[in-house]
Amino acid sequence: MSDHRPRIGVVTFPGSLDDRDALRAVGVMGGDPVSVWHTDRSLAGADAIILPGGFSYGDYLRTGAIARFAPVMESVGAFAAAGGPVLGICNGFQILCEAGLLPGALVRNKGLAFVCRLVTIRVEPDSAGAGDSSGNLTIGRPGELLAVPIKHGEGRFVASSDELERLESNGQVAVRYCSPAGDVSKDFNPNGSTNGIAGIWNEAGNVLGLMPHPEHAVDPDIGPTGGQPVLQWLVSAARARVPA
Amino acid sequence: MTFHVVVGVRLKEGLLDPQGKAVEAALPSLGWTNVSHVRVGKEIELAVDAPDEAAARAQVVEMAERFLSNPVIETYEILQVSQLVTLSPSDEQAP
Repeated sequence: MSDHRPRIGVVTFPGSLDDRDALRAVGVMGGDPVSVWHTDRSLAGADAIILPGGFSYGDYLRTGAIARFAPVMESVGAFAAAGGPVLGICNGFQILCEAGLLPGALVRNKGLAFVCRLVTIRVEPDSAGAGDSSGNLTIGRPGELLAVPIKHGEGRFVASSDELERLESNGQVAVRYCSPAGDVSKDFNPNGSTNGIAGIWNEAGNVLGLMPHPEHAVDPDIGPTGGQPVLQWLVSAARARVPA
Repeated sequence: MTFHVVVGVRLKEGLLDPQGKAVEAALPSLGWTNVSHVRVGKEIELAVDAPDEAAARAQVVEMAERFLSNPVIETYEILQVSQLVTLSPSDEQAP
């Protein structure tokens, strides 16, 4: 592995909350963090992009519905279409769905309550970082259990039955909520998400949306480190794009 | 011409609506025990400048499909299009 620190852009929208943590986590995981403002049209030369959590534009209309039309999103769309690695966390996931960069949508939690707690998620055996055979550019190991926090009121993933079928058969489900032992069940589904889905890949495997917050779980001094494999993926994917 | 347009947006049939469920669960405590199938939607009111009603309607359809509703989870309905006779800034003074 080279010493090169790939540049990773973190977009701040009005109402983003977790942009600072995301920038810090990128640094902890060996990337070179750079801030990108929602009105920017360029991505500051970033090799990967994070859309962080928060409540962009107050979550008015629908979560992510207004952020999706921010000037920066045109560049993010073009970057993703060209194979650039993009990670959307929580509100970032919601924005990616609204923008059509990921299928489905995130709607109000089944129990109505805002949930804020540590959960366990399971890396899906068939999650591929699709199309990549190096085995490097995916999250962790298949079946690996990650402890990460969630904090959202609208995290219930839904999609049409055709779309769900496609996601499941293509191996685009990245992670599911599960028990500490790794069993996916209703009892360990914090928001009623379809099939316990906590995160998905796009078809090409370069765009990842997650409701849990990996950026809050990278530093062993302050809590669990279940977020590390996710950020590791992003940093590695970014590094792979930089000519050596 | 200015048209007053009302767009209704609802969660798709069959999609669990926790807000509706919460409202439904609260009704019996007020004495209404005969209510079921409560769903909560939203109404968006707009004033649209357009040459005629058809143009206003066509534009609102486009806005509803692209932005005001998300076709993955919602349906929309144009509930009303009517011509506004006057609408000046003074009409929007605070009470």
